[in-house]
Amino acid sequence: MSTKVVERKPLSAWERSYIPSFLGGLGVTWNHFKRTAPFLGNKPITMEYPEQKWVVPEGYRGAPYLVKDQEGATKCVSCQLCEFVCPPKAIRITPPGENGQPADRANAEKMPREFEINMLRCIFCGLCQEVCPEEAIFLQKDYSLTGTSREEMVYNKEKLLKLGGTHAGIQKWKHKLEEAEAQESFPVATEPQKHSH
Amino acid sequence: MSAPVTPPATAATQAAPPPPETVTVKVNGKTVQVPKTMPNWQGKPEATTMLQAARCAGVDIPHYCYHDKLPVAGNCRMCLVEFGTPMIGPDRKPVLNEDGSPKIARSVLPYEPGTPRGAIACATPISPGMEIYADSPATKQMREAVLESLLINHPLDCPICDQAGECKLQEYSVQHGQAESRFVEAKVHKPKAVDLGPRIILDDERCVLCTRCIRFTKDIVNDDALGIVNRGSYNTISAFPGKTFDNNYTLNTVDLCPVGALTSKDFRFKMRVWFLKETASVCTTCGTGCNTTIGSREGVVHRLEPRANDAVNGPWMCDTGRLNYKWIARADRLKEVRVGGRKSTWSTALREITAKLSTAPAGSVAIVASARQTNEELFLLKRLATKLGAITDSIAREGEPDRLLVSGDRNPNSTGARLTGVSFTEAGIQLPKIAAGIASGTIRSLIVFGEDVTQHGIDASLLAKLDMLVVSDILPNATTEAATHLLPGAAAPEKRGTFVNVKGRLQKFHKAVEAPGDARPEIEFLQELADAVAGPTGTSTIEGLFNRMTADIPAFGGVQWSAVGDTGVTLSL
Repeated sequence: MSTKVVERKPLSAWERSYIPSFLGGLGVTWNHFKRTAPFLGNKPITMEYPEQKWVVPEGYRGAPYLVKDQEGATKCVSCQLCEFVCPPKAIRITPPGENGQPADRANAEKMPREFEINMLRCIFCGLCQEVCPEEAIFLQKDYSLTGTSREEMVYNKEKLLKLGGTHAGIQKWKHKLEEAEAQESFPVATEPQKHSH
Repeated sequence: MSAPVTPPATAATQAAPPPPETVTVKVNGKTVQVPKTMPNWQGKPEATTMLQAARCAGVDIPHYCYHDKLPVAGNCRMCLVEFGTPMIGPDRKPVLNEDGSPKIARSVLPYEPGTPRGAIACATPISPGMEIYADSPATKQMREAVLESLLINHPLDCPICDQAGECKLQEYSVQHGQAESRFVEAKVHKPKAVDLGPRIILDDERCVLCTRCIRFTKDIVNDDALGIVNRGSYNTISAFPGKTFDNNYTLNTVDLCPVGALTSKDFRFKMRVWFLKETASVCTTCGTGCNTTIGSREGVVHRLEPRANDAVNGPWMCDTGRLNYKWIARADRLKEVRVGGRKSTWSTALREITAKLSTAPAGSVAIVASARQTNEELFLLKRLATKLGAITDSIAREGEPDRLLVSGDRNPNSTGARLTGVSFTEAGIQLPKIAAGIASGTIRSLIVFGEDVTQHGIDASLLAKLDMLVVSDILPNATTEAATHLLPGAAAPEKRGTFVNVKGRLQKFHKAVEAPGDARPEIEFLQELADAVAGPTGTSTIEGLFNRMTADIPAFGGVQWSAVGDTGVTLSL
């Protein structure tokens, strides 16, 4: 690689007096003042955070939270793919085990006993959302996560579900069950029966 | 000492066995010579199949129902391949190409000669000059069609399926399947989460009807408990009415099941398999020493699986052995070094024991070792015993053997205890002598490893007479409570070592998890103790100690640690 030597010209006596730089700086300050001073009819260009909140754009990658389906059931089935894919290992899932609490909706068989996200480790990359086969975790719009201890920044299942809210989905487990129940009745219905419950 | 010189001599005088008859076939264009016969599931010679020939050529043909150690069923159709055989002219002579090579007739439908016809590689014997096209377009098309058919009624519930991650349906779908299903009708639904027996859950919707489980329990275990009921797409695996699937080998069907139809109740929803660290180990439940793979994550053992070793257990293991791991994580594990009933440190305890043993008169120390200890530990104990002139013994543990794998000897290393000289032909015959020695006051110190001697004729009142009772164990018992020096030890998955099984197979096992609290692998503190009392062994590693032991004890035949692979070596006893 070739190197280009830039010649540094010596400063003149006038330049060394600081006066031209000082005047230039004053000029910049004056121009800013003209553009922003409220009494000159300018609108404010800074935001009074945190009293005033920023409108988060669509597709923003904020904190990942767990969501419930339209019937209020936990969508996560503890498949642990997010735990596996998470680059900073922020997610930790405790599977239900053999005698654990069954899923709170029929036919889904299982849900996590505990689901923890360490928000101090999370890098908001969105891989958990991308890998989730159940559409149970979404990066939402929260960007200001605060706490007074490290423990507080580890969000557990209860907190994640509360913050995540509801996300309606296709309810595949419910429809599988309906389809199976329809086959139990004879003559077999050609279309899966819709149940009222 | 009688040096075993006879076996090499006879081997040399015997005529070399005739080389196996071979057949030349082509697999994916590569010419290979394969034996004309290969062992079938019972080990008897049988005509080599296309699948075996392909394996010899390093080509894996996908399959579900075929298994090396089960009778061939040929029902999954996954191993369909296109093949060709040399053409024979009307004169019964091979038809040749212009360049002189034999002309090959590709397998086609007899009534539709333009259409390739596959044959199942698992059940079709090879013939001379045969060509197997394991990745031809026709073969690929057949595989795609078979997979699409198998997936027609599959529930695709991988997120809640324990098999996910080690599922042949997943693997072959990625390797050989097409991504989309053309099936638009409602899937046939079958029973889910069926309680098949005390240890097995069956999900019939996931089943591909390969019948491996049926063949295993019928032909290997001789317990004809499973069968297929209903017809066509309603085919369902089921236990016979009024029978539960509860023999001692049921969990092998979970390993055999290529999909998630049969899952273990014990492992159900416990951990996803891709998180498990796999460690080669040996089962410690009986003298057979089945080879195992420990699946652990972050210091917790989640499951044991059999590891194939034709010299010991084949690909199987019993349920008792497989589920014999939960005590490792028990809350009441011994985790503290205790001296005189108070929490202490390793250095204090070992210093006190060394001081006591170094000045002990000959014959005033006795050692009760355990046939659950490794050869290296027993070797060090014997070293200590020789120096101290101590009586040693171990404790026999007997049970009911079965016809398959379970041995009547419930100690994993009785042979090792005998070879190292810790116990005699019959384990436990020295115990009354030790009891009498303590009663008469000649034995002043007792060292106990991994056994509760109060159950074996040395009761608490005798133990109270001792000056020093050194006990190393894993779980608390009456002997550990009476100990003056309590040294917490490690379970087999927490340490390395070797065992010798009842048939003289020397096998190595590796460390999967850490011992809890202050507990240490026995070899570490035994080495310190033996070096201090009986003089240095000149090595600080388990490998060095093993090599020293095999050099010292003729029965081990000088075998090196590095020569004992993960499947072990057979000692000539």
